[in-house]
Amino acid sequence: MTDLPPAPASAAMAVALPAPDYNEEVVRKFVIASVFWGVVAFLVGVYIATELAWPQFNLGLSFLNFGRLRPVHTSAAIFAFGGSALIGSSLHIVQRTCRTRLFGGDALANFIFWGYQFFIVMAALSYVMGFSQSKEYAEPEWHIDLWLTIVWVCYALVFVGTLMKRKEPHIYVANWFLLAFILTVAMLHIGNNLAMPISVYAAKSYSLFSGVQDAMVQWWYGHNAVGFFLTAGFLGMMYYFIPKAANRPVYSYRLSIVHFWSLIFLYIWAGPHHLHWTSLPDWTQTLGMAFSVMLWMPSWGGMINGLMTLSGAWDKLRTDPALRFSVTAVGFYGMSTFEGPLMSVRDVNALSHYTDWTIGHVHSGALGWVAFISFGALYYLVPVLWKQPDIYSRRLIAWHYWIATLGIVLYITSMWVAGIMQGLMWRAYDQFGFLQYTFTETVAAVHPYYVIRMLGGVLFLLGALIMVYNMVRTIRGDVAKPALEGPTGYAPAVGD
Amino acid sequence: MSFFPFNIRHEFFEKNALLLVLGTLVVVAVGGLVEIVPLFTIETTVEHVHGMRPYSPLELRGRDIYIREGCYLCHSQQVRALRDEVERYGHYSLAAESMYDHPFQWGSKRIGPDLARVGGKYSNDWQYAHLINAQSMVPESLMPHYAFLAETKLRLDDLELRMRANRAVGVPYTDDDIAHAREDLLTQADPQADTKGLLSRYVRANSVPGNGPPTELDALVAYLQVLGTLVDFANTNAETLHQ
Repeated sequence: MTDLPPAPASAAMAVALPAPDYNEEVVRKFVIASVFWGVVAFLVGVYIATELAWPQFNLGLSFLNFGRLRPVHTSAAIFAFGGSALIGSSLHIVQRTCRTRLFGGDALANFIFWGYQFFIVMAALSYVMGFSQSKEYAEPEWHIDLWLTIVWVCYALVFVGTLMKRKEPHIYVANWFLLAFILTVAMLHIGNNLAMPISVYAAKSYSLFSGVQDAMVQWWYGHNAVGFFLTAGFLGMMYYFIPKAANRPVYSYRLSIVHFWSLIFLYIWAGPHHLHWTSLPDWTQTLGMAFSVMLWMPSWGGMINGLMTLSGAWDKLRTDPALRFSVTAVGFYGMSTFEGPLMSVRDVNALSHYTDWTIGHVHSGALGWVAFISFGALYYLVPVLWKQPDIYSRRLIAWHYWIATLGIVLYITSMWVAGIMQGLMWRAYDQFGFLQYTFTETVAAVHPYYVIRMLGGVLFLLGALIMVYNMVRTIRGDVAKPALEGPTGYAPAVGD
Repeated sequence: MSFFPFNIRHEFFEKNALLLVLGTLVVVAVGGLVEIVPLFTIETTVEHVHGMRPYSPLELRGRDIYIREGCYLCHSQQVRALRDEVERYGHYSLAAESMYDHPFQWGSKRIGPDLARVGGKYSNDWQYAHLINAQSMVPESLMPHYAFLAETKLRLDDLELRMRANRAVGVPYTDDDIAHAREDLLTQADPQADTKGLLSRYVRANSVPGNGPPTELDALVAYLQVLGTLVDFANTNAETLHQ
């Protein structure tokens, strides 16, 4: 492979050309939506964490009960906050790297924005009103699923259409990952939501599959919601915003090819690790475990590719706190993608499954990776999209960074301790060979850690509120003067 | 010197959006096909055991409420094949036990205990009191109060629609079952009623002490009380349980 084409990452190094007329309006809308939903997701998260620490906070009201609010939290975090950040930045990235305006016109782009926001609001309202398919991360009932399918097909059309009318010879690596995210999420969404409504006039439906097959389909979906929504999509963000902010090309073009194809191939197999020791046949569990362990390698390949992109630009971490978010995110990505394969080993899973260790693992990915890479992208995008020389305050970004990091540390360490303690207590035997603890004793034992987890969430929320203030001031144009080191990420000289 | 014995030109994918779309779709389809399709075709995936039957109308409605309230977010319904779980909860769960569960309710987190075999473990009275105010029975409990279910009359007008939708996805409700749906539901929620017809259609259906028109709480208790009680383990052996 000596005749490789030059790394498309060199787009970031290209000579400045006159900027085509991009549709930035839709990206701006998604940026605002993402920040708004982020605060909502963190707030609901803090509230349900409080309910778990002190159940009186359920207040005996059906719509405030943990069982109805938990999907509001997960959907707000994944689909509303993460989804808006992803779709918005993908529409930004695909235009810039293809050097062309979005395919399909502004009306279609607007439909994607408002259609997607409508989906989010409908889903959240339906949960609190008591409509749920009970499939984790796929709780919306069939009519909302159909609506999302329409919006998603339009999104895919716009994205692929823009790729096809690109003015660059190569499709840039970030777009490979974003494309895989869009296509695979469509496949998973349709597969997992096949259901029979009780009537066309009623929201209630019953899943097409049952029992063991339904479990497998759900975790094929569920794990790849992580793999493609929360990983491949955000890797697309990584491959654009880190080279941009660091002003360096992607470390290795060859590694990005290996990273891409191996990641998307292996991820799909990992679902059964959610079903170890259950009534799912052993052969499926073993496949799930084996592929989950293999998945460690492309994940770390991607991490290395992201981190090493900073070669020669590490000093920027000192001066650019937004880049610090992106790079720390890649660090958390590396940690979570080591922890994940570890937990997918059947004998580790025997201890970790059904405990708070899983919750800690999910949040080291969701807060450390997904939210941090999104914060990095949002801090980069806001000055670019609102034509400001810099963000309002870098000092406030640094405050956000440290408060949020402390929040994550409290969250994941408390959940590790709580989870491993639960797992060990459930399986502990006394000297006479009887189970040593009642289930109730294990519930009482984790109480202090639930309080610490809630405090971690409060810190994370506080950081996000600082971000909101910083962004509002930036958008209002309160940016005093360009900082000496040069603007955050926004570098007009590199081909905007 | 190429790593591969032939020259892979990744350029093809990078310069042709539709080829990239196609390649991606093929690569992401493989894992799912290999892991999911055989679960429908391999005969032994779901064990052949005695005793499994579809939910009675009242149990089915209770299950709908269990799903609506998000009970699965804190309670699993899957006893794993591990020594401590079998001792704590009972026989490990069989695939056959959730064969009529559209969708499955195995869960992913135990903030509360597993419920796969909770049926019959506590009295009806305990279940009512616990659902209305969990802390009155278990002071350390983190469970929300479900008193509002006791005040909500169970909606009956779409009962047949729900059973027909279940039948459409493979639950073997007969025309007779659907014709008697309301009668069976009211019978199961009334301890004084004659249960002969109900029991002929749904063996081991437990009556709940309803008081007047059935409430959502009555349905939920009926559902909880049937969980894990149907399979006749006296008539199973290693061979029947082999997957």
